[in-house]
Amino acid sequence: MIVELGHFALVLAFGVALVQTVVPMWGAYRRNAALMAVAEPAAILQFVLVLASFAALTYAFVTSDFSLQVVVQNSHTLKPMLYKVSGVWGNHEGSLLLWVLILALFGACAAWFGGNLPPTLKARVLAVQGSIGVAFLMFMLFTSNPFWRLEVPPLNGQDLNPLLQDPGLAFHPPFLYLGYVGLSMSFSFAVAALIEGRVDAAWGRWVRPWTLAAWVFLTIGIALGSWWAYYELGWGGFWFWDPVENASFMPWLLAGALLHSAIVVEKRESLKAWTILLAIMAFGFSLIGTFIVRSGVITSVHAFANDPERGVFILMILGFFTGGALILFALRAGSMEAKGVFALVSRESALVVNNLLLAVSCFVVFIGTIWPLIAELGWGAKLSVGEPFFNAAFAPFVVGLAVLLPVGAMMPWKRGEVGRALRALWPAAVLALAVGALVWAMQTGRSSMGPIGVVLGVWVVLGAGIDLWTRTGRGAVGARLARLRRLPRADWGKSVAHAGMGVTVFAVAAMLSWKVEDIRIVQIGASFPLGKYEVTLTSVDQVQGPNYLSTMATLEVRDGTTLIATMQPEKRFYPVAAMPTTEAAIQSGLLRDLYIVIGDEQANGGWAVRSYVEPFAMWLWGGAIIMALGGGLSLTDRRYRVAAGARRMADASAVAAE
Amino acid sequence: MRRLVLALLLALAPLGAAHAVQPDEILGDPVMEARARAISADLRCPVCQGESIDDSSAPISRDLRLVVRERLVAGDTDAEVMDFIVARFGEFVLFNPPARGANLILWLAGPGLLLIGGFGAFAYVRRRAVPAPVADLSEAEATRLAEVMKRP
Repeated sequence: MIVELGHFALVLAFGVALVQTVVPMWGAYRRNAALMAVAEPAAILQFVLVLASFAALTYAFVTSDFSLQVVVQNSHTLKPMLYKVSGVWGNHEGSLLLWVLILALFGACAAWFGGNLPPTLKARVLAVQGSIGVAFLMFMLFTSNPFWRLEVPPLNGQDLNPLLQDPGLAFHPPFLYLGYVGLSMSFSFAVAALIEGRVDAAWGRWVRPWTLAAWVFLTIGIALGSWWAYYELGWGGFWFWDPVENASFMPWLLAGALLHSAIVVEKRESLKAWTILLAIMAFGFSLIGTFIVRSGVITSVHAFANDPERGVFILMILGFFTGGALILFALRAGSMEAKGVFALVSRESALVVNNLLLAVSCFVVFIGTIWPLIAELGWGAKLSVGEPFFNAAFAPFVVGLAVLLPVGAMMPWKRGEVGRALRALWPAAVLALAVGALVWAMQTGRSSMGPIGVVLGVWVVLGAGIDLWTRTGRGAVGARLARLRRLPRADWGKSVAHAGMGVTVFAVAAMLSWKVEDIRIVQIGASFPLGKYEVTLTSVDQVQGPNYLSTMATLEVRDGTTLIATMQPEKRFYPVAAMPTTEAAIQSGLLRDLYIVIGDEQANGGWAVRSYVEPFAMWLWGGAIIMALGGGLSLTDRRYRVAAGARRMADASAVAAE
Repeated sequence: MRRLVLALLLALAPLGAAHAVQPDEILGDPVMEARARAISADLRCPVCQGESIDDSSAPISRDLRLVVRERLVAGDTDAEVMDFIVARFGEFVLFNPPARGANLILWLAGPGLLLIGGFGAFAYVRRRAVPAPVADLSEAEATRLAEVMKRP
């Protein structure tokens, strides 16, 4: 019964989304306030209905209702509760429902918080958002209905893929979707502005928090996914340039570009057409990502159960929205004249360079991802594009961005001087080069990537600090410290996010160049050296888990004579899914992770053991969290809330005076 | 009995996800082993989905890893080992598509777009950088300025 209610709510949501698309759009065209006012309750109602539908599906998973096809295919009575719930979005149909839920949530948020938007713009934004909902609800109802019943329900389910039974992966998709779908808001604003024919500073200010929020969620989602790959796949890697990883990375790069260019629109009323184009492309790449994951045209380790019919449907959605928006853009972009005048050396120019590098790096990832497809369709060549290509083609952009970032961030608006920014930044440059030289001297005969990463990391982090310090003006240190605390949150957010980027760049370089690996056969009771540590395999036992069997090794790691860790890597076997998984044992430290994987028993009674020292592993995810935190800080800046609420005039005038 | 079932199940389990390079494959000479690892990281497992033979647990990947090491021991250069494998499996196994023929587009697309975009951005910025009109003060303004400056 509850399942039928959920199904019914989903169909109703489709109807409501249709109304939300057509009526306000018509109302905005006719300047009819009553018709435009339909948008708000429709957006909220659509969200409530999709939420009810989602709750019904969750209920089916929690109670293991095996009359539902998705539940049978992705659940089992023995599965722990957390994974019963996360199983809701661990499959194509359920994850699509989550996608639509988040889409409706963003629409509802725009209805709740969009109080000060001009009524026609608001009606059009909600209508465009509604139309995306129509497309995806239609896709779900016609090709991927999660509420599909089975005539003869089996006694038990086929279990969720054991690799997905993991806390990191339970939360990875929701964050990613919050990011992907968050970009739909920027898209809706862009299309609404094109229909409206007006893009001004206020538009920049409205679109920025949505983009920023989407970017923050994408950052967290990608970091969670990379962390999961690191500890679950069992060879200590964190990024594989897999098509699906790229699919999440491309919108992230474009969202990064978009939130920078929207600043130029807001502060200087320039780059308008480019910003609109970026907003369209960023969501376009989210849709391309959806297409890659769910159509099966590109082979990937992540792929959902695919079927070509779905692929064609998503391609149609992609074509309609991106193509339609681009045509609209071509018709209207000319009418958006820029106002701000700026010199060749200025904050505006620096942000243009930022956008150029981010957009082109996104294009490089894109062409590398689809090249096998182009080659096969174009001239029948079967080829692969993988890590070596991406590392070589993408790294220069990262280096360029990191080198220019501190200088660009210090540039004043309108007109700046490179010399002036460099004068403030020279301590950072000297220190970065000094530390880099020291590291280079310490590591003999290894790749130069490590030291370069150190130089870039120190340069970007210190540059971000100096940027913040410069914002406090002149005077005594005490007074400046006091002013530092009162700086707007957006300034703090900018510096924190930039510093997080520096930490991440450093950690990636460190992990790629200083990893220590050891693969060997170890007898029980024997020891072997790993870097400066001594590892002893004390025992290997068979253990019974809730829904798996496990071979668990116990290893003691000593630094000299002191025991620093007892590690228990496992090899699990999930009988229902008939799948083995490896559970690496990881001992995380500030400067390095110890990472041990147990392999097969050998003929001579020993065990294959793979162990790694992963330098600065925590810094990688730490850097991503710092970036996200910076975005979050910026998002809580009171200027947004004042702009969004526009309740107290006193507040508003205080801000204007700032 | 339970232990037996358990042991049986584990024995029947196919090779796990992380059983890439096995200890018995590793060459005694660390320099040559490092070369073998570098080569196998650039070779794609022919039956997997986007894994290198270095990471893959498929039996064919193991065979390929052993072939790579055999050829190295036999005195082949890195390029010769690559050619040996490509001759048998085609360019599909190369993660780094050779920069020739149509693949040049792949390699040059990024730098090319950066150049074009760079020119475009430069032209845009130049257009925005209209020199601020610095008109001389008019007669009236000059007298007014002098008046203002004279005040204590």
